[in-house]
Amino acid sequence: MSRLRTITRRTLLIGSAAIVGGVAFGTYLVKKPIPNPLLDDLNDGEAAITPYLKIDAQGITLITPRADKGQGAYAIQANLIAEELDIDPATATLTPGLPDAAYYNAAVLEEGTPFPAYDDSRTAETIRSFMAVPAKLFEVQLTGGSSTVPDQYVKLRTAGAVARETLKEAAAQRTGHARSDLKTQDGQVILPDGTSIKYTDLAAEAAQIDPITDVTLRDPNNWTRLGKTAPRLDMADKVTGAQKYGIDGAVEGMVYAAVRTNPALGGEVDSFDASAAGSMRGVQNVIPIKHGVAVIADNTWRAWQAADAIEITWGSAPYAGSTEDVFDAIDAVINVEDHFDHQQRNEGDVDASLDGGEIIEATYRIPFLAHAPMEPMNAIVLVTDTECTVWTGTQIPIFVRDHAAEITGLDKDQIKVHVQAMGGSFGHKLEDTHVLQAVEIAVAMKGTPVKLTWSREEDMTHDYMRPGSIAKARGAIKDGKVDSFDLSVGQSALMPDWFGRLTGMSIPGPDPSITQGSWDQPYEIPNYRVTGYRAPKMIPISSWRSVGASGNGFYHDTFLDELIHAAGADPLEERLRLCFHDDSRKVLEKVGELCNWNGSDIGKNRGRGIAYCMSFGVPVAIVTDVTNTDAGIKIDKVFAVTDSGPVLDPINYEAQVFGGIIWGMAHAMNCETTFENGAAQENNYHAFEGMRLYQVPDFEIAALTNASKIRGIGEPGVPPAAPSLGNAIFAATGKRIREMPFNKHIDFV
Amino acid sequence: MEISVNGASFDIDVEPDMPLLWVLRDELSITGPKYGCGIAQCGACTVHVDGVAVRSCQLAIGDLAGGDVTTIEGLGTPDAMNKVQEAWLEHQVAQCGYCQSGQIMQAASFLDTNPEPTDDQIDAAMSGNLCRCGTYPRIRAAVKTAAKNLREV
Repeated sequence: MSRLRTITRRTLLIGSAAIVGGVAFGTYLVKKPIPNPLLDDLNDGEAAITPYLKIDAQGITLITPRADKGQGAYAIQANLIAEELDIDPATATLTPGLPDAAYYNAAVLEEGTPFPAYDDSRTAETIRSFMAVPAKLFEVQLTGGSSTVPDQYVKLRTAGAVARETLKEAAAQRTGHARSDLKTQDGQVILPDGTSIKYTDLAAEAAQIDPITDVTLRDPNNWTRLGKTAPRLDMADKVTGAQKYGIDGAVEGMVYAAVRTNPALGGEVDSFDASAAGSMRGVQNVIPIKHGVAVIADNTWRAWQAADAIEITWGSAPYAGSTEDVFDAIDAVINVEDHFDHQQRNEGDVDASLDGGEIIEATYRIPFLAHAPMEPMNAIVLVTDTECTVWTGTQIPIFVRDHAAEITGLDKDQIKVHVQAMGGSFGHKLEDTHVLQAVEIAVAMKGTPVKLTWSREEDMTHDYMRPGSIAKARGAIKDGKVDSFDLSVGQSALMPDWFGRLTGMSIPGPDPSITQGSWDQPYEIPNYRVTGYRAPKMIPISSWRSVGASGNGFYHDTFLDELIHAAGADPLEERLRLCFHDDSRKVLEKVGELCNWNGSDIGKNRGRGIAYCMSFGVPVAIVTDVTNTDAGIKIDKVFAVTDSGPVLDPINYEAQVFGGIIWGMAHAMNCETTFENGAAQENNYHAFEGMRLYQVPDFEIAALTNASKIRGIGEPGVPPAAPSLGNAIFAATGKRIREMPFNKHIDFV
Repeated sequence: MEISVNGASFDIDVEPDMPLLWVLRDELSITGPKYGCGIAQCGACTVHVDGVAVRSCQLAIGDLAGGDVTTIEGLGTPDAMNKVQEAWLEHQVAQCGYCQSGQIMQAASFLDTNPEPTDDQIDAAMSGNLCRCGTYPRIRAAVKTAAKNLREV
């Protein structure tokens, strides 16, 4: 990258599609249908009409291939199928099934295309549809990117309808009625005379029929499940301790493993002494593994105690060692031609508009962050001569399968990955280092199932972090209006790091995550530019709830707020004036209506901040009210409005919105991961506090449904949360905080 | 050593410094209490000893001293829930659910000692229990509902 180049949409597209590794696709491969994997393993009398459903005389099993990490993916997938199939999903067995190409995610790669989500032009839509091609060919069965609902919305309802019509056809053939004269209800086919046949009684006959694929989906006005207020299917189990997570798994004859690996990720072990550990109670084995040492014992706690007793001398870090080294390296690339990565917005003449006159400048910074879900990483693995079975919570089952095949030398079809319910993830389980460690140990313990559980400390110091980054902004005001906005963001490249780790491929081209959430906002500013600069590869990084938008939402909206205040304009009115996207304008107007917006001054020692960000195609506006108490900032109330199209599960939807906002605010308040000698320093929750109940504000949330395309809501609440809090603090105190975590600059109560 | 969990008695052979949490999870296969931090910072492992909430990751089994242990499984079951669990169901609190066993055990113990809590008392009593999904607004609502329903018993 030795010369400044203008990135055209075409070159960036190639960058995005570089996920495919530069492969050209033949029409044959792209169009070739993927076989139904369930057909390989059917019992007598069992039918698998589509890859999403198995039925026999005993019952119905729904395959819900997107993993549930707490966001409610199983329930929504089951309801999408059930809506057309006419069953109560609570009566069916739900399973994510084994990973398979049939379950590729066509929607997840769309976010990386060089078109903002508000662009619904034919070109943009065409290019987006192309992203299904690499997703299919590379068998990207992945849960993430708020893509479960958009990807499955048509697919799963169609699967339900195909199954329903095929079951009706089986009943038609048995009874001699025309299929069109039959109806369905509650897992039964209803005959014209009102008598009924259970689906389960028709399974054996349905198995003999070619699936009826010519189906029409029901009008949403006639839905009986989707869009209705209904409890989550897993709620009773989750409030009684009956829910089993990966960490709760047990397999006959299982042993318990602990690991300690180099806290500088990828660093080696110079030497270790396990003489004390080896003689501790319950310890069966101590073995070296890649980058560390594993202990096998008869109990998790004993394995951990023994692992702690091993004396290890670590090799040095393969990257810059301290937080300040890393941020110095990031700072050094910004606005430096040789480190230019991409520029997807450049309107007007920014340089001319900032030449002379009063320039407003600001520098922002966000820290590296661990994911730290409540359930630490774990996996159970059994390796034999002919099979490797894995039980683990993961967002990337097909990559786990492929990586386990490499380690064991077995074929991919000899690897069985059983995805478990997860106690949170937030992107953590888009990585599989822990699973591969368990496989490595299980190979050494062939024939014995091995359960590996990371301690909290192992987990938080061996995470692939949310990247730290720095943004430098310059802008200008003209006639009381925002006239010029220039944002430059520096960060190490995320997508090549993560996807390179998963695929072993070198991913060329720009990294859209550097400016995701800032370049793609629907504002019209006369002189408007957003540029991404690439810092060298340093601390290993990965996706964290809302990915690039987690920082860019803060940078973009906070700087906009600074300019608006400098202009003396009203924060809501000026955003509305600049915003040209109808659905977004309605979201902004609605949040103003909810809070009775009348400026950011809401009384003595109080302040009101507004923020807006569109991410993952969803416009979200948040208003936050704070009080500046003697002891620090108290967050009083949050108003939030979203628009992601039809809301399929209102109760869970609202939970994802306030959960996302709490996530965004909690980390902005007090979380960071720092590094010494390449090792993460914050290794448990005492040093990574988040938000506690006493700090949680009241919420008022509204979901508009004007958007023409349905979207996922797991992430979009996150990006505008931190800027709305920061803007509120500014309104209350006059203090502009430009660095996360905010508690470096102000106290919270 | 003999211990009593959810009304049943178990004979265990472990070192006295093993935390109650790991006796429950790995020796007795009672997995409702969760490991989250191991240092009493998250509350996911909360159980009752003689009716009082304790962090089972910090209680060495040798210090249990004959106390009766109740875990989330002993509080109620999917078919026969305790009032606190019913309130959690009514408010659809859980997202990933991993911390909720501990949240519910904390709330049940708290409401036992303070049946008519103020909002500030609820916030104070529940702030040792971490939730990373951000279910807090519904936890707050569920504690209030549980308090009301328990008073009406």
